[in-house]
Amino acid sequence: MTHPVYADATPLVSLAGIRKSYGAVRALDDVDVDFRAGEVHVLLGENGAGKSTLAAILAGVQQPDGGRILLDGTERRIASPRDAMDSGIGVVFQHAQLVPSLSLVDNIALGGPWWQTPQRARIAQRMREADARIGGTGRLDPFARAGALSLGERQRAQIVRALMRDSRLLVLDEPTSMLTPEAAADLVRLMRRLADDAARPLGIVFVTHRLDEALDCGDRITVLRGGRKAGELRPGADMTRDTARDTLLGMMFSGGLAQAPTIAASLPAASAAPVLEVQRLSIADADPPLRDVTLTVRAGEIVGIAGIDGNGQRELAEALAGQRPFDAGDILLCGASVRGLGVAARYKRGLRYASDDRHGEGTVSALSIGLNLLIKRIGDAPFWRGGMEKLAAVDAHARQAIEAFDIRAQGPRTLAGHLSGGNLQKVMLARELDGAARAIVFAKPTHGLDVRSAAACHARIRAAAAAGLAVVLISTDLDEIVALSQQIVVMAGGRIVARIPGGEGAHAAVGRAISRSEDLSAGGLQDRSFGEAS
Amino acid sequence: MTGRFIRLVAAPLLLALGLTACMLALMGVDPLAYFGLVVQRGLLSPSGLQAAITRMAPLLLVAASLILAFRAGIWNLGGDGQYLLGAVIAAAIAPALAGMMPHWLAWLVCFAAAAVTGAVWSLLPAWLRARRGVNEVVSSLMMSFLGLSLANVLIKFVFQDPGTTVPQTVTLPVADRLPRIGDGLLGGAVSSGVLVGLLAVLLVHGVMTRTAFGLRLRIVGANARAAVHAGLDVPRLTMVVFGLSAGLAGLAGAVDVLGIQGNVRAGWNPAYGLMVVPLVFLARFNGFAAIVFVFLFSVLSVGGESAARRLGVPNYVTLVTVAILLIGLAVGEALDRRRRATKAATA
Repeated sequence: MTHPVYADATPLVSLAGIRKSYGAVRALDDVDVDFRAGEVHVLLGENGAGKSTLAAILAGVQQPDGGRILLDGTERRIASPRDAMDSGIGVVFQHAQLVPSLSLVDNIALGGPWWQTPQRARIAQRMREADARIGGTGRLDPFARAGALSLGERQRAQIVRALMRDSRLLVLDEPTSMLTPEAAADLVRLMRRLADDAARPLGIVFVTHRLDEALDCGDRITVLRGGRKAGELRPGADMTRDTARDTLLGMMFSGGLAQAPTIAASLPAASAAPVLEVQRLSIADADPPLRDVTLTVRAGEIVGIAGIDGNGQRELAEALAGQRPFDAGDILLCGASVRGLGVAARYKRGLRYASDDRHGEGTVSALSIGLNLLIKRIGDAPFWRGGMEKLAAVDAHARQAIEAFDIRAQGPRTLAGHLSGGNLQKVMLARELDGAARAIVFAKPTHGLDVRSAAACHARIRAAAAAGLAVVLISTDLDEIVALSQQIVVMAGGRIVARIPGGEGAHAAVGRAISRSEDLSAGGLQDRSFGEAS
Repeated sequence: MTGRFIRLVAAPLLLALGLTACMLALMGVDPLAYFGLVVQRGLLSPSGLQAAITRMAPLLLVAASLILAFRAGIWNLGGDGQYLLGAVIAAAIAPALAGMMPHWLAWLVCFAAAAVTGAVWSLLPAWLRARRGVNEVVSSLMMSFLGLSLANVLIKFVFQDPGTTVPQTVTLPVADRLPRIGDGLLGGAVSSGVLVGLLAVLLVHGVMTRTAFGLRLRIVGANARAAVHAGLDVPRLTMVVFGLSAGLAGLAGAVDVLGIQGNVRAGWNPAYGLMVVPLVFLARFNGFAAIVFVFLFSVLSVGGESAARRLGVPNYVTLVTVAILLIGLAVGEALDRRRRATKAATA
């Protein structure tokens, strides 16, 4: 399908060794990609894989920390969104960049010089021409208020705007995530037409996290994973769809931590008492709703919860921790229900939760390490007496944790906000593993960590299980799950859709279960988006 | 280090003084004479210093009210309404109570009544914020306007002094007011209300930085999601913070009435609430720093009023100076942060 003439020509845009960090989080790490005219190039990856950051760099919204950008083979900087536009790069973001209270014409006129009255009639004429070029037949009313249009129409308007500015590379950031299936199919056809236009073939960059969409329309698919380029694929005639699919799944969910040794799946003795039991847990008020989740975790056991992000894992973890009420079912810790107990009470009884959102909820950046270690038991002796903080006790406790967990910080009073992601993770682990921990939920514990911190974290998880804790490991990293878990469940659409014993062969089985479930949940997603898009 | 001092403090100060001087010069007033008078009348003359310290009393209580709320991430901007309602209630009951019970008890009852009144006036925005997530900036500010009007209604129709045609409450005899202090150095003309103010600021500072309760509030203020993660009852804490903050604002009104004003006239609104907001921001919500800033502001406003009268310029000149200073300090800080960020990036 790739236009033969353009396939080997100089790429429109080449990225070489692009790096970008936000604080301690590495969003992009040494990424090389070429975008060519006449080609639909899919950027595929999970949430947080770095896709949107890459789109933002192409749009001139973000500046890379390192690496080179070549436009038509010449090294350049994309200094600003305007610079990107002038260089022929048009970007349609996930969230529509139109002023809802203005008409489409005025939205386009916004880019014009401020001292000129916009020539609305001429702009409208050019809009209609551009719309006709992409196969629209008077469907786009240039004088319609942007806010009154459906999401699909707004997207179309933005594509038209990009074409009017003579874009040669069109970047679409998650364009289908909020569209109905028909609108998404329309969009895919439109991308194809723009790329295949014999007179003016465009380069299309299509950002998505949906595997099947990528296979449907990609001439070339680049998979990003944890900020790194996990691989590139040109699905062609020499490859069946299933082979391509498996290859892509492998790139999306494996690779980075493949070195981690698989543990001998030594199940704890069957006699070991169940520590954490989740019985038919249901939460209606969640997206997706959690339905009938049942889990048993024995002392010393690691149960992995695999699946694509956003399929109820977070809700399950929050319900376990006491942050979120549940409608039906029960949660038992050592045989006793914890229903009705708050976070602090469950923490005290030994039910712990290490959140995946280290900055957002796991720690308070304005507080010291010492206080962050204690935020789930504020007011307890010996750190507080009669409500008064005992600094010496807080500091001593923090010094122990710093020592035991190898936290790299100046001291107990260093603010959490000054710590790197890996050290912040250690602070959280120290808090959650402190004292009489009996069961612990790790949510994506190594997400965004460098390889060394991730390895240290894995060691901690194994040690926790070895010490007799019941461990629930939620992760989207298949290698991590397989390497650590004795039992694996796959979550999709708020349910457990597969239970797979750990060890030999688990990797392939879990991968297949996720891949099957992705069809289900993608369907579910589209069902839900009907209302929004109409 | 000196570079930072210049960027953060000296440059904004010089900018504020310079621009005020330009403005005064344009108005045909000698800037040096003006600044000289401000310092002379506000700081160096005994009566000026007494007036400045006395004025600190209500300002300190308002500062305590704001520090408590802001540290917990609650933007209670309804201080003026809470203040005035507290003042009216205190003014209404104080003359009667003074005849019925010992002075100290009468004052305490007035303080309590005013604090409760202020707290009650914050119930609606507090509840809306805690249970419905309605932004408290707008709701508390609107409640403040309603509170100011209600205070005037109360003065004219309920608590009007029958002995005079002026719409005001019965005047509390000087003998029944808060005792004056500072006999030796300050000529015994400073209201003891300033002690209440100092105590309130230090207490709030201590509670926020040294207690379990304060830590909970700080977590809610710094990161509401972390507060939920840590199992804190955010809605309840929000209600409590609003109540305490508004209570302190109401108490400020009572201290002003019992210590200085003696009564409340219809239409009176010192608007301390909004005036203190920038001061506590400058103080970074730190109690000790707030005391310093409140003192400087009192000196500047007492001296400024006096100088303005002498030289025939509007009172607002003081506010202009303070406003420019605040903007300058904020800009200085932003520049400093950017500079350090680029330094960190290049390092």
